Amino acid sequence: MAATPIVELDRVSFGYEAARPVLHDVSLRVAPGSVVGIMGQSGCGKTTILRIVAGWLRAGAGRTRVLGAEVSRLGGAEIFALRRKMGMLFQFGALFTDMTVFDNVAFQMREHTDLPADLIEDLVHLKLEAVGLRGAARLMPSALSGGMARRVALARAIALDPQLMLYDEPFTGLDPISLGVIARLIRTLNDSLGQTSIVVSHDVEECFGIVDYVYFVSDGRIVAEGTPADLRGSGDAFVHQFVRGEPDGPIPFHYPAPDYGADLAAVAADG
Amino acid sequence: MKRSTIDIWVGAFVAAGFAGLLFLALKVGNLASFSTSQTYQVQAKFANIGGLKVRAPIKSAGVVVGRVSDIKFDNESYEAIVTFNVDAHYKFPRDTSAKILTSGLLGEQYVGLEAGGDAAMLKEGERLRLTQSAVVLENLISQFLFNKAAEGKDSKDGK
Amino acid sequence: MAERAPAGGLAGLLERLGHAASSKIWRLGYAARFFVYILLHSGTALRRFGLTIREIYFSGVLSLIIILVSGLFVGMVLGLQGYDTLQRYGSSEALGILVALSLVRELGPVVAGLLFASRAGSAITAEIGLMKATEQIAAMEMMAVDPIARVVAPRFWAGVISMPLLAALFSAMGIFGGYLVGVRLIGVDEGAFWSQMQSSVDVREDIMNGVIKSIVFGIAVTWIAVFEGYDAAPTAEGVSGATTRTVVTSSLAILALDFVLTALMFTGGNAR
Repeated sequence: MAATPIVELDRVSFGYEAARPVLHDVSLRVAPGSVVGIMGQSGCGKTTILRIVAGWLRAGAGRTRVLGAEVSRLGGAEIFALRRKMGMLFQFGALFTDMTVFDNVAFQMREHTDLPADLIEDLVHLKLEAVGLRGAARLMPSALSGGMARRVALARAIALDPQLMLYDEPFTGLDPISLGVIARLIRTLNDSLGQTSIVVSHDVEECFGIVDYVYFVSDGRIVAEGTPADLRGSGDAFVHQFVRGEPDGPIPFHYPAPDYGADLAAVAADG
Repeated sequence: MKRSTIDIWVGAFVAAGFAGLLFLALKVGNLASFSTSQTYQVQAKFANIGGLKVRAPIKSAGVVVGRVSDIKFDNESYEAIVTFNVDAHYKFPRDTSAKILTSGLLGEQYVGLEAGGDAAMLKEGERLRLTQSAVVLENLISQFLFNKAAEGKDSKDGK
Repeated sequence: MAERAPAGGLAGLLERLGHAASSKIWRLGYAARFFVYILLHSGTALRRFGLTIREIYFSGVLSLIIILVSGLFVGMVLGLQGYDTLQRYGSSEALGILVALSLVRELGPVVAGLLFASRAGSAITAEIGLMKATEQIAAMEMMAVDPIARVVAPRFWAGVISMPLLAALFSAMGIFGGYLVGVRLIGVDEGAFWSQMQSSVDVREDIMNGVIKSIVFGIAVTWIAVFEGYDAAPTAEGVSGATTRTVVTSSLAILALDFVLTALMFTGGNAR
């Protein structure tokens, strides 16, 4: 990797309480212009990584460099300035329900710029056209389906052409067509707008189809990394279980419990 | 909701709110009657002010001519010193008397001024010489009982 | 620090009480810091006054119906009850004074405050809580817009502005209701009704103090509503719990503050 990574985490640890760390010694690099996937079980810490990159959470240890700035040392105003160069797509869109689709997309333009109204209108239509929803500009979010809402949220996130895009579980709960649409949009927008993207997900098929590099997270640690092709052929037990969706492996099927045979015998002895 | 509709409703709401306040101030309160006009201060000493309070009205011939502004206790003469703010339009002779009266039977107390005959008028800071204290109910009752007892004794002696 | 198993019996009870008390105090401190933060970041709410106007519509204008109708009924009941008691002492002409002073000094600010807390306060809490639960607040932060300046502060100032206006309208409607019942229905003399009222209700002592009360109540209710919404857990139970807490805490706060303010304003005069 010759160019400076857009995002770099170096031995980052984090925990909401000192006694229970959520992330241990996480190191990852995101090359400019690439789409990087962070995958793993629910609750493994991948969303926490995203929040640390976005400056919400302050890592307890290690360095976090985002867009050239050391995030853990920034003050509130500086983090806000950094976020102007980032965009984030939330899991269910998080559209502002009291505004129309148009106003949602125009939100950042109106808050942060002094652009005249007709220019804003053109820009909003441009962004909506990119996600294929220019005709829905006057609808309210409650009138949209899940997939459409997420596309509008995507248009809103790219409103000011951010350099770094963060996607929090973009594929959750979508029908196959919408899945395909979102996945294609993530890749196309990344390439055509010259962005860098981080996708947090546990949908192996869709993710592997669009990312350049993947980090696997389990229990707050990076357990594997590589290109999708590398990982499909990997011998690592966890990767194997995750990629093929096998019910049992390093992640056990059974929640820890005493031996069932012994339990039944004890019940029979009592009764 | 269109932006202009909301603005209209909010404007109407705020206007109605202020109208309500104005209604309270003018029709309900006494803003209209006693505006800030010029006043001059005079004082009077009373043996007992009864239930007289600051801001109680000062009436002459039943018309409000001023307000009580201050009530203090004189530790030397052991009397109450009451300061009046009298409306500058009304001039009273120097021998005006001040009485503490009650409006109605159980109403609040006020100061009644009865003009005297002196040619010279009261000036700022002067003291009214003639005063009559408030009627204290307990004194009245004890006087009544005393009179009753005296009558009874007389009739017993007399007859 | 490993978690100890909670002690049983009396020691356990005291431990739980102490913990509850200290966590309440901690929460109060947190709420106070939140309040100061709102005041410091109110610039947007005042510069882009359209935002605040929109919130005045939702808190104030939409509460008008309940305030006006309740005011009317309270005034009418005061008229009925007041007449019933006063005429036993032959003082039925003091009805105007009774209705006006009760409303302007106490019932106007307090009842309007309670109604405002349950209608507008709970709505504000639910709205902010839901925005938090659906990650709209987080999205705003991600877009480098301070959600407290953009969402919370306009609602706060809208509540503070609306409350005194609603209280004044409540009192005015109530006096009108008392007039309807007393003069039109029962037959108390109209002139005596208004003139006795005007001579006894002082603009500074009574009306101004009533307005001050309603402003204080407005600050308290809106502060509680906004804080509970912002602090709600992002779940269904979290938001519903926050909404109930808003109504309960606001009502208690209004009644407690009413006592304190009444003691300061209306009984201090006699001590002079």
